[in-house]
Amino acid sequence: MMRFLSWAYLAATFAFILLPVVVLVVFSFQDGRLPVPPFRGATLRWYGEILGNRALMAALRNSLLVASGSALVSVVLGFLAASGLARVALPGSALMRGVLIAPMTVSYLIIALGLLQMFNQVGIRPSLIATGIGHVVINLPLCFAILYAAMGEHQRNAMRAARDLGAAEWQVLWLISVPMLAPAVAAAFFLSFTFSWDEFIIAFLLTRFDVTLPVEIWSMLRSGLSPKTNAIGSLVFLVSVVMVVALELTLFRKART
Amino acid sequence: MRIETRERRLGAALVAPALIWTVAFFVLPFAAMVWMSLAHLDGRMVVPGPDAGNYLRIFTEPSLRRGIWVSLQITAIVTVISVLLAWPLAWIIAMRVPPQWRRLALLLAVLPFWTSYVVRSYSWALVLGERGVVMNALTGIGLLSEPVQIMATRSATVIGFVHFFVMLLTLTIYANLVQLSPNYARAAEDLGASRFQVIRLVILPLTLPGVVTGAFLTFVLCIGDYITPQILGGNNELTVPQLIMLQLGRRGDYPMASALAVVLMAIVTLAYAACARWLRMDRL
Repeated sequence: MMRFLSWAYLAATFAFILLPVVVLVVFSFQDGRLPVPPFRGATLRWYGEILGNRALMAALRNSLLVASGSALVSVVLGFLAASGLARVALPGSALMRGVLIAPMTVSYLIIALGLLQMFNQVGIRPSLIATGIGHVVINLPLCFAILYAAMGEHQRNAMRAARDLGAAEWQVLWLISVPMLAPAVAAAFFLSFTFSWDEFIIAFLLTRFDVTLPVEIWSMLRSGLSPKTNAIGSLVFLVSVVMVVALELTLFRKART
Repeated sequence: MRIETRERRLGAALVAPALIWTVAFFVLPFAAMVWMSLAHLDGRMVVPGPDAGNYLRIFTEPSLRRGIWVSLQITAIVTVISVLLAWPLAWIIAMRVPPQWRRLALLLAVLPFWTSYVVRSYSWALVLGERGVVMNALTGIGLLSEPVQIMATRSATVIGFVHFFVMLLTLTIYANLVQLSPNYARAAEDLGASRFQVIRLVILPLTLPGVVTGAFLTFVLCIGDYITPQILGGNNELTVPQLIMLQLGRRGDYPMASALAVVLMAIVTLAYAACARWLRMDRL
C-alpha cells in the first residue's frame, strides 16, 4: 500500500514538474500558428525562423558574452578574495566575509534598482557592460562562498610548503591553488555562467539597445503565444541541459569516486 | 613578526578587488537607494529629502498597501504548498527509490530548474491558457463543460511559483535526508515505533533545518520576483515588485520605487530574524 502510494505520488509530482517543459518542446514543432492543442504535425519551420532572426541571434551572442565575461570576473575576484581570507586572520575578516556575502540576501530587483539609479547619477548609460557589472555583483558572493569553503587545511599546507620552497606569490596561486581547486573553480564558473545566462530583471533595467536573450524573449511574449517562442525556449533549455549533464559527468562523477 | 605583517598585507591585497567591487556596486548603490526613498517627486523633478512622505503613502494609499498584502499572501500560500508537496517527494527519492536510480530521479525532479526563468513562466502560460493542454484535457474528458479562466488570476501565479519552489525545496530537503544516519529510524523501530511514527516523530523533526532553510529561500525569492506574477497573474492584482516596476516605467517615480524596495527589504529582514534560529546557510 505504502509502496503503491509512493510510486503514485512520484509519478504525479514528476508529471507536474515536467509538464510545462514537455508542452514547450512538443509545441515548438507545431505545424500551425498557435502552440496549443491539437498538435497538427511536426515541422522545423520555427527553428528555421529563429535561427534566421537577426535580433534574436544578436541577443544570443550578447548573452553568451555577458555570461562568460561576468562569470570570469566573478571567479577571479572570488578566488583572490577567498585565498586572501583563507591565508591569515586579518583584522575584521568576519566583517569582510559578511560584506562579500551580503548581495546574496538581497533580491535581484533591488540590486538592479540601486545600480540603475547610481549609473543614472554618474552618467553611465544602460549597456551590456552595465549589465555585466550587475551580474558580477550577484555571482561574486557565490564564487567566493564556494571557493572559500573548498580551501581547507590541506590546501593551506601545500601553499605554505610552496612558499617555503621559494615560490613567488603568483606562482603559489597559479601553480598550487588553481589546480588543487580546479573542480570548485569550474563549478563556480559554470554556476555563475548559468545564473547570468538566465538573469532577467537586472538585464531588463540595465540594457537598452543591445539586449540579452531573456530580455529579447520577454519582448517576444508581448505579441502573444507563438511556436517561435517555444522554439527559442527549447533551444535555451537544451543549452542548459547540456551544461548540467556536462557538469554531472565531469565534476561530480570524479568527486564521487 | 615581519613575515606576519607581509602576510597580512598580501592577504589584504588579495581581498581588496572583490571588496572594492562589492562596496562600489552594491553597498553604495544601496545607500543611494535608501537616500532616494526619502526624497519625493514633484512633477518630474526629484526633490531631495529627507522626508518620510513615501513611506506614509505606502501605508495609507490603498493601492500600495494592498500590494504588500497581496505579496505577503501569495508568498505565504506558495511557501506552505511547496513545502507540503516537496517533503514527500524528497523522502520518496531518498528512501524509496533504489540507490542506483536516485541521482537520475533527482536530476529529473529538478530538470526544469535549469530552463530560463522567463521561458518557464511562458510555458505555464501555454499550459494554463484557455486553449491550453489542461483545459483541453479537462473539457475533453467531460470534467468541465467549459474552460475555466486560470490565466491572469492569482491561481496561475501560485501554480507557476509552486512549480519552481517544489524543485528548490526538494533539493534542500533531500540534502538533509541523505545526511541522516539510518540508525535513528532503526532505533525507533526497535523501540516499537510504527513506520508512520518513525517518519512523524523522528525523521520529520530531524529535517527541520533543511525545511526552514528552503522555506526561507522560497520566501525571499518569491516575494522579490517580478516575472511570474507579471506573466501569469497579469495586472488584476499587483505584487510589490510589479508596483516597483510600475513606478519606474510609467511615472519615472524613482523615490517611490526606492521606498517600496526598502519596505521589501525590511520584510525579508524580518523573515530572516524570525527563522534565524533554524537557518543553517552554511549547509547549502
